[in-house]
Amino acid sequence: MSDAWQGYVRRIEELAARSGLKFHPVDFEAVPESFMTEIAVYGLPVRMPHWSFGVRYIYQLIQRHMGHSRLFEVVFPGNPGHAYLAQSNGLAENILVTAHVLGHADFSRNNLLFRRCQEQVSDRIVEHAANHARQISEAIEAHGPQRVEAALDAALALEQHIDVDQALRRERYPEYARDAKGLVDDAFQKRFAALERAGGDAPPEARKRAPVPPHPERDLLWFVANYAPEMESWERDIFLAVREESFYFYPVFATQIMNEGWASYWHARLLREADFIPQHAYVDAIKCHSDVVRPIAAESQVSLSINPYHLGFSMWEKLIERDGLDAARKVMEQDDDFAFVRNHLTRELAAELGLFRYQARSDGQITVLDPDLPALHEAVLAPKYNFGAPIVAASKVRTDGTLELTHDSRTDGRGLDLERSTKVLAYLHKVWRRPIVLTTVNQAGSALELNV
Amino acid sequence: MGEGAGKWYELFSRGARDWLRHDEKIRAAVKDNLPDIIAGADLANENARTVRVPVRMLEHHHFRLRRPDESFGAGQGNAKPGDVFTDPSKEGQGEKGPGGREEGEVQLLLEFKVDEIVDWLWEEMQLPNLKPRAGPSEETDWTREGWDRRGARSRLDRRRSFKEMVKRRGAPGATPTFTDEDLRYRQLARRRQPAVHAVVFFMLDVSGSMSDRDRKLAKTFFFWVVQGLRREYRSLESVFVGHTTEAWEFNEPEFFQVSGSGGTVASTGLSKVREIIDARYNPARSNIYLFYASDGDNSVSDAADARTALATVTADACFTGYVEVSAGPSRALATETGRMFEELQAAGCAAGSYALGDFDAVWGAVRHFFTTENEATA
Repeated sequence: MSDAWQGYVRRIEELAARSGLKFHPVDFEAVPESFMTEIAVYGLPVRMPHWSFGVRYIYQLIQRHMGHSRLFEVVFPGNPGHAYLAQSNGLAENILVTAHVLGHADFSRNNLLFRRCQEQVSDRIVEHAANHARQISEAIEAHGPQRVEAALDAALALEQHIDVDQALRRERYPEYARDAKGLVDDAFQKRFAALERAGGDAPPEARKRAPVPPHPERDLLWFVANYAPEMESWERDIFLAVREESFYFYPVFATQIMNEGWASYWHARLLREADFIPQHAYVDAIKCHSDVVRPIAAESQVSLSINPYHLGFSMWEKLIERDGLDAARKVMEQDDDFAFVRNHLTRELAAELGLFRYQARSDGQITVLDPDLPALHEAVLAPKYNFGAPIVAASKVRTDGTLELTHDSRTDGRGLDLERSTKVLAYLHKVWRRPIVLTTVNQAGSALELNV
Repeated sequence: MGEGAGKWYELFSRGARDWLRHDEKIRAAVKDNLPDIIAGADLANENARTVRVPVRMLEHHHFRLRRPDESFGAGQGNAKPGDVFTDPSKEGQGEKGPGGREEGEVQLLLEFKVDEIVDWLWEEMQLPNLKPRAGPSEETDWTREGWDRRGARSRLDRRRSFKEMVKRRGAPGATPTFTDEDLRYRQLARRRQPAVHAVVFFMLDVSGSMSDRDRKLAKTFFFWVVQGLRREYRSLESVFVGHTTEAWEFNEPEFFQVSGSGGTVASTGLSKVREIIDARYNPARSNIYLFYASDGDNSVSDAADARTALATVTADACFTGYVEVSAGPSRALATETGRMFEELQAAGCAAGSYALGDFDAVWGAVRHFFTTENEATA
């Protein structure tokens, strides 16, 4: 870790604080590139073992090998926050990254979605995840790698299927249904209750068992952990561990455009205002900045995806220029990407950035469509709905323990991929241990059942 | 963080650990699809110790929506409404195009040890070991047998000698150090071993009617036969005979390259085999196998000669197999040569035939011969 850079960290922090950023202290650590790669793959510095991470790891190595991606930093929110920087960064890159990390630290401390999820998960997710990893290696010792892998196959396949509007530590459903009659509070009921009972004995209380689940349940990880008829307790722990990590990942996912944009805005601005940075480092850092927020890969004219750094950066720049920093901070605190894009990606900005909407046919032919702002918003946001997963809810557990899952194909617009869904059901069957039925629609739109 | 601390991640890669697990899983999956490997394996050369199998990476499945016929997306750049272009990720295979939408697919080329595959094959077929034709044999081997007080210095058994010393010292009045009495030397003895020797004749029709593809089919099949028989015999020799209207013995590399022209006279090849057996192998001591690959178009005038020649070979062979490599499945084994082997089989000889139409059928052929051959010798 270069001493020259260490000297700048404090000064950048002071400058950031003066500029109105409010962040918890951040510990910086320089790590080898291999470790950066692993953080990118696992999402957390220490995480449970699973072969699917191995696949991602290889893809990441290939990407790195082809020079497609380079990681400068990964930051974990918390108090203190923890930022890992690549050892291979130069001084200019490290200065830029430091400012960028402080932008993230400000965002994660003040954005409501982040705050809510952190209150649930605690601000020590890195330690929690490491603890889960340890728990799971103990489970492997006790129950063998095959059984643990089967549980992880199922839990990780459902990792997006949580309900962030529910508490992380949720109570089980009430055992008995509230008596519908008791709720009716009219004059007749009162007078009837006041009557002396003819026999003197109170009639036995007619309690009715509530159906499980009482309403379609989208928090599948929680539901399976709590209501699987024959699940082992260590398997439940695995499901709940995966769920906790998903609670941590959700705000990162749902505010990516805002968060990366905010950090990029601040590293650019702090860099401009930092008169203590030597000229050569400043020039290098600005060059690095323009690489990061560049909208299109250098070799192509048109990109079929949008660089969230560039989009977020441009939106914040416009917003702060127009409404001032205080208004922008309010937006930063209260919005997620859905609100942010819908409210602040304007027609003018979209045109200025050259954003367009296209239609892709299955044979690969792509047609650029006429400008239509709300439709453009939807095209940008579509991959982000429901944590990026189809909406699948547990709708019923039959008396024989059969689990009924229902896919909300009306909201999603089309049915599930049958081959993949069947595989997911096969994973899940190994922990549910009773039949599972999944309802979705086929190509023609009529109902279809998958069974395991 | 201090220089010395926190360096564990330089010693241990979680990514690599999980990748190895993926690798194990994929090998297990390949094992479950042996017929495909055998068909698709790229057998670079006959002495290949490994085969390469292209595989796709495993996917950890999640609920996903069905791939739509038409989808909408958002892009950025220099494009006007109405512009039409093709998705770079759909052009070319595997590579992720610049600006593409989908992650390119990576194919792995896994190497498997041939021995490993044959192990799996054997499990799959559940063949009991073949009975070797054991004859009295000159084959000898030295085995260790007991100890002696005298011997060459190099055969001194230190451990044993030490034990002797300890034993002796247990007796009253013994001297404490080693004496010559304690020393023990390993003895060797000459042992006769039953012959577990086999020779397999590969006879290939190299006449003009055999296409390159036919020859490659035969080669793939022969490869697995060698691997299979090698399991069962301590020493296995292969002899390669090619024939058109004449017959020649080849060495292995030449054998698969040679291409002749002209007609097919199977009797010449069979006579050549007989000649080689007489010259080099004693049928009483060797297990002789013959596998013949041809497209079946034996010259009609050769019918009687071929039958006679075949009979002289089968008299001494453990097993004779015929694979018909031809593109048309309709006329499978309904050829001159096919009929000849059919008669042989009907006569109760250890013989079999199989129509090998394409590479997918190689597995079937291997299985066919090794199970019938087993029944024949059982």
